[in-house]
Amino acid sequence: MTATTPAIIDIIEPPKPLSRIVYEFARRNPTVIFGSSLLLGMVIIAIFAPLFAPGDPLALAPARRLRPPQEAYWFGTDMFGRDVYTRTIYGARISLIVGISVSALSTIVGLFIGLLSGYVRIIDAIIMRIMDGLMAIPGILLAIAMMALTKASVENVIIAITIPEIPRVVRLVRGVVLQIREQPYIEAAQSIGTRFHRVLLKHILPNVMAPIIVQATYICAAAVLIEAGLSFLGAGTPPNIPSWGNIMAEGRTFFQIAFWIILFPGLFLSVTVLAINLLGDGLRDALDPRLARRM
Amino acid sequence: MTQAQTMERPGQTVGGVEKVLEIEDLKTHFFTRDGVVRAVDGVSYHVLKGETLGVVGESGCGKSVTALSVLRLIAKPGRIVQGKIKISGRNLLELSEEEMRSIRGNDISMIFQEPMTSLNPVLTLGRQIAETIMLHQGLSKKDAWDKSVEMLKLVRIPEAERRVHEYPFQMSGGMRQRVMIAMALSCNPKVLLADEPTTALDVTIQAQILHLMLELKEKLGTAIVLITHDLGVVAETCQRIVVMYAGKKVEEATADELFERPLHPYTVGLMKSIPRLDRAATTEHPGRLMEIPGMVPSLKNMPPGCAFAPRCSFATERCRREVPAFEMKASGHYSACFNSDKVAEIYHG
Amino acid sequence: MYAYLIRRILATIPVMAVVAVFVFSLLFLSPGDPAAIIAGDLATADDIARIRERLGLNEPFLVQFGKWTFNLMQGDLGVSIFSNLPVSKLMLQRLEPTLMLTTTTLIIAICAAVPMGVIAAWKAGTIIDRGVMLFAVLGFSFPSFVLGYLLIYGFAIKLEVLPVQGYTSISKGFGPFLNNIILPSMTLGMVQAALIARMTRTSVLEVLAEDYIRTAHSKGLATSKVLIGHALKNAAVPIVTIIGISFALLIGGAIITESVFAIPGLGRLTVDAILRRDYPIIQGVILVFSGAYVLVNLAVDIIYTFLDPRIRY
Repeated sequence: MTATTPAIIDIIEPPKPLSRIVYEFARRNPTVIFGSSLLLGMVIIAIFAPLFAPGDPLALAPARRLRPPQEAYWFGTDMFGRDVYTRTIYGARISLIVGISVSALSTIVGLFIGLLSGYVRIIDAIIMRIMDGLMAIPGILLAIAMMALTKASVENVIIAITIPEIPRVVRLVRGVVLQIREQPYIEAAQSIGTRFHRVLLKHILPNVMAPIIVQATYICAAAVLIEAGLSFLGAGTPPNIPSWGNIMAEGRTFFQIAFWIILFPGLFLSVTVLAINLLGDGLRDALDPRLARRM
Repeated sequence: MTQAQTMERPGQTVGGVEKVLEIEDLKTHFFTRDGVVRAVDGVSYHVLKGETLGVVGESGCGKSVTALSVLRLIAKPGRIVQGKIKISGRNLLELSEEEMRSIRGNDISMIFQEPMTSLNPVLTLGRQIAETIMLHQGLSKKDAWDKSVEMLKLVRIPEAERRVHEYPFQMSGGMRQRVMIAMALSCNPKVLLADEPTTALDVTIQAQILHLMLELKEKLGTAIVLITHDLGVVAETCQRIVVMYAGKKVEEATADELFERPLHPYTVGLMKSIPRLDRAATTEHPGRLMEIPGMVPSLKNMPPGCAFAPRCSFATERCRREVPAFEMKASGHYSACFNSDKVAEIYHG
Repeated sequence: MYAYLIRRILATIPVMAVVAVFVFSLLFLSPGDPAAIIAGDLATADDIARIRERLGLNEPFLVQFGKWTFNLMQGDLGVSIFSNLPVSKLMLQRLEPTLMLTTTTLIIAICAAVPMGVIAAWKAGTIIDRGVMLFAVLGFSFPSFVLGYLLIYGFAIKLEVLPVQGYTSISKGFGPFLNNIILPSMTLGMVQAALIARMTRTSVLEVLAEDYIRTAHSKGLATSKVLIGHALKNAAVPIVTIIGISFALLIGGAIITESVFAIPGLGRLTVDAILRRDYPIIQGVILVFSGAYVLVNLAVDIIYTFLDPRIRY
């Protein structure tokens, strides 16, 4: 007995300090760090927009229309003389609000429906047929249809983008539930009378969390893109709100003479989406190495 | 740079028989993030024309890596760091990749352990065999397919004309291994490397496949390197046997000599772990299988002395300190053990 | 194989049914009075009543749905509120540019992405691989309307080698057609190419670890033959699948791309319909595009049988 004790002590490593853990995680997952830093920067810009751009994004100044980028107007001015820099900074708010709301909403609703579908055989068939149908409609078209029937508002944009994203979450969650249900330990737990909600909390949810977090990140990126696309087409955020899509839509007519109106919001949009995608890729690699190998 | 030149430079001979494959002091190491794994660490062996050589050892002893090194199919992070591999006198390690490709499947073929996964699932059997034939023999597509049917018949696949158009998933494991043999032999190779060819098969099928290989060896004059962990398999089929342990050769002798008078404790351990009906009842050998205690050492941190010492009941202080040389102990019988005499004595009991 | 095909074909029916029901029900599910919203802020009570009449909103739901479905079965997609013309006729006029744009895009994307993915998988871990992966993540993040304007700025405005906007029918000659379609196709194809390249890399990488690839090498095949003849064929199923699934993205992107490049296709029709809240047109476009998506994925199911004999038998 005494002889084996030292061996056991050898196996247990001393606890690492938190800074060390964070450092090692960062070293192994540079894309997570890069993506989240970029995203964090964008969030700070959105929250403290008035500090970064003290002007009024809506202030008209016909006298200084279509000025190219210069010291006073970093990103130039648009056809009404509004400062493109100020509008772009404020645009970050809409994009991030829509992106985060859509990913949160679609994840919560999708998680609920997915669990239901994975657990209750009778309604599974019906739910999955509906989901297959929904997935057959290109997301942006479905959102366009919904926007055509409702008043333009940020809330409606969020709902219109959320609905087409739900089936993706449902499929993912249902897949994981079905897979886990087959595991011997779940059967064992159920056969000895473990309550359903205990199985759900202890086994199913922890297994669903990793893929769902990754999926939520990708949905956030998609939502930011779709919002901009909808606004660009005139079916999104009301035109009086400076969203990146709206700014670009307004700049379309003038893009041959005033390229900056489209360029800067476009770059901000691309960088934001890139940041979220990088974060998603990194999280996927970090949370689920098996998935990382497949994707 | 193919047939003609090879003919001019024949390999060395032993007793008038040509050495078709010679491996000299081969070292294949894997440079992993956690350190260097010396999977093959100075192995030499040769095969004579038409001979069957058995290479025996536990999984991880480097016997498969040696075979893959012969074909130069070691993937990163692995690398052949030293040695010579000669086929009819030509050193394969000096060839360009293109020259090497004309050797693979042509002069040297290989069959693998897993017949279920070693054939491409989406290509017909005919396509997979004909591909090799067209590549190395320059036959037309039609002739190559005819030859494929012929090869399938040779390995006794019934209804070969129909089967040639089928896919691997339509065949049993034994049938697939026959197809692998047909493919490997389709270009009349000088050497066939058979890496655990029967391990994944049912026992009844194993014997059929082994007999098929031996029969075709006689017919085609191919030398076989039979790599296996199963001493029972080599006992029936091989003329000479090489025993490997932890990336090194530990014993080499003719099959008769080795089974009669093993000189390395590891070989003795392997022999005692084979179930044998004829010994079950005797008092000398109780009717119980022996196992070799302990595990194969990690190839990353080898003990300083003999690699087998930690598991060896003969081991002395010297064994743990010094690596025993691989030397001739009797005529044609080599072993890497300080205590060969004792081993022989005790084995004969 | 026939059983498989029949099963796949039958499976499209419930999908299309759900699409139809959903698109139709939207009118009723949406909060507020859709007729009032469609009519716009300046509409009179009379206008709203007329639109309600036109959309058949006065009748019970099931009666309306019955009539609508009956008409749909006969290819009648309803009548545009704005122009009073049949939606099917309006759509047919706009079909060619969209069809040409999506086809060209797919061809370009596949031809660029599959070799990239294969090479990245073959050279996994090298700088080439990293480059392809960087392209993939960038391509996926650059929205088509940003990329489109960047391309226009570079090739049309600065270099003046390609036209800024517009569309020329292929019936007017292949050269002029290609001249106009190349920038929109590159714009639209970027996301597609990124997705396909990434899936190809993953799929081929996985296949390269298989035993039969080692067998192929041991036969003396050249690397290119192993990659194309043995690896790619086995890796094809997920690649074809992603092409099918991403067709939805292609359609969505086409609407935006047409709008950027002023291409008079179905996307433009949709955008005009949005501005006029011409719901029957939007409905028709959704039905047709969803139908196209379902058909493309049915085609994918059929292609599987050529790629994988295990499905065929």
